[in-house]
Amino acid sequence: MRRPWGLSKTERKLGWKELPIGGYILDPGSAMKYKTGDWRAFRPVMDQKKCVNCLLCWIYCPDGAIIRLEKYVDVNYDYCKGCGICANECPVKCITMVEEGGE
Amino acid sequence: MIVMAKIMGLTGNEAIAYAVKQCNVDLIAAYPITPQTIMVEVISEYVYNGEIDAEFVCAESEHSAMSACIGASLTGARVFTGTASQGLALMHEMLYIASGLRCPIVMGVANRALSAPLNIHGDHSDMMGSRDCGWIQVYAENSQEAYDWTIQAFKIAEDPRVLLPVSVNIDGFILSHCVENIVVLEDEDVARFLPPRGPLITIDPTKPITVGAICLPDYYFEVKFQQVQALKEAYKVIREVNREYKKLSGRRYDLVETYAMEDAEAAILCLGSTAGTAKVVAKELRKEGEKVGVVKPWVYRPFPEEDLIKALGDVKALAVLDRACSFGAPFNALCSDIIATLYRYEKEIKVFNCVYGLGGRDITPMEIRGIFEEALETARSERIKEHVKFVGVRE
Repeated sequence: MRRPWGLSKTERKLGWKELPIGGYILDPGSAMKYKTGDWRAFRPVMDQKKCVNCLLCWIYCPDGAIIRLEKYVDVNYDYCKGCGICANECPVKCITMVEEGGE
Repeated sequence: MIVMAKIMGLTGNEAIAYAVKQCNVDLIAAYPITPQTIMVEVISEYVYNGEIDAEFVCAESEHSAMSACIGASLTGARVFTGTASQGLALMHEMLYIASGLRCPIVMGVANRALSAPLNIHGDHSDMMGSRDCGWIQVYAENSQEAYDWTIQAFKIAEDPRVLLPVSVNIDGFILSHCVENIVVLEDEDVARFLPPRGPLITIDPTKPITVGAICLPDYYFEVKFQQVQALKEAYKVIREVNREYKKLSGRRYDLVETYAMEDAEAAILCLGSTAGTAKVVAKELRKEGEKVGVVKPWVYRPFPEEDLIKALGDVKALAVLDRACSFGAPFNALCSDIIATLYRYEKEIKVFNCVYGLGGRDITPMEIRGIFEEALETARSERIKEHVKFVGVRE
């Protein structure tokens, strides 16, 4: 479960003695562990009552951070970098960009 | 047991090539450049004649040569390359990748001046320009040392505690093109000393890995710190390899070599072939009753601080000779490291820096005698006349 407006729990970062040498990545798919959501300055907030489920945001999102649900969409805040393309493309303007850190 | 060995007449380039041949190398990727050309030319002949079972990649540039070496080394191959001057400068970017990806590549460098103006002759500008590239850096005084260090370099590089590339430096033309009698080992003895290299990581489609991925601020620092630690480990490994090599060859190597330093009051510290001339002059001065000696770091990176402090003993004045110029710096590369080391060990020695031999200009015994005399004068007066001197430059 994601925490509201934040990242899901992140694994402890390894120290120099524990890390494989040379920056080798020995486990495939490890990019999933790197949560780029903390790059975000503005977060998209979805008004799901207004959402018509047209999926334009899902098509345009460069990070695949839009989650498809049955009647509307949601945002994966672990990977959303806050670019705002979804809010710009939404035909019914149900996405608002809200500054992180504020309420 | 010291094995009987045969003597061959070889240039510095050929001595390194012969050592590489005996080291059972799997791949050589190189681009020719004066004064290294003969080094890789001879190796290419060995490959063509079937004398070694290796791939020879004629790269289109030194940047590509080092890139090919990195790729091959990551598969577990034993890899060699050689370069000089502009070639090393063009490799600069890849040098950091070789050490960062922990590739135990060995590279022969026939040190040559950097352009401009264009010059093909020997000085240390090339390697000194890349001295922070994370490679272990060895400087040979003569072709025998170049041969011996090349064999040892593979063993040091491939040690699991180290896994770093090594450059074996020989002075361009002075060593690279000068024929000397070299005592060589038998192939079987080298093979015993240096068993085949095993792969560090395996390429297996069922267990994919990534090498050379992006490493952002949250991990990059730790990976670089691993390199810092590997270079610290290298001190120990180099000593172990030196000891084992002595058992095999009878020739003693270390991080630092000293000559007549026991009771020396003044000394010269320098890298490479100039140490030979300095020893000859020190011998003459000793006959005249002057207490002078010579210190020669064999290994420049990792910088052998402890060994140098020990080697310097109770010397009062020291002349550090740099065959490269760090433009605008308070001291030149080698001297900066010496002064930093003395500060760290709170050792008071009067040090002055002599830049010499740029672009292959000869350093004569008379000039070295002059440097010794100034060092003796500094020891007596406890006053440094000139902190950085340029020896042999015309007004």
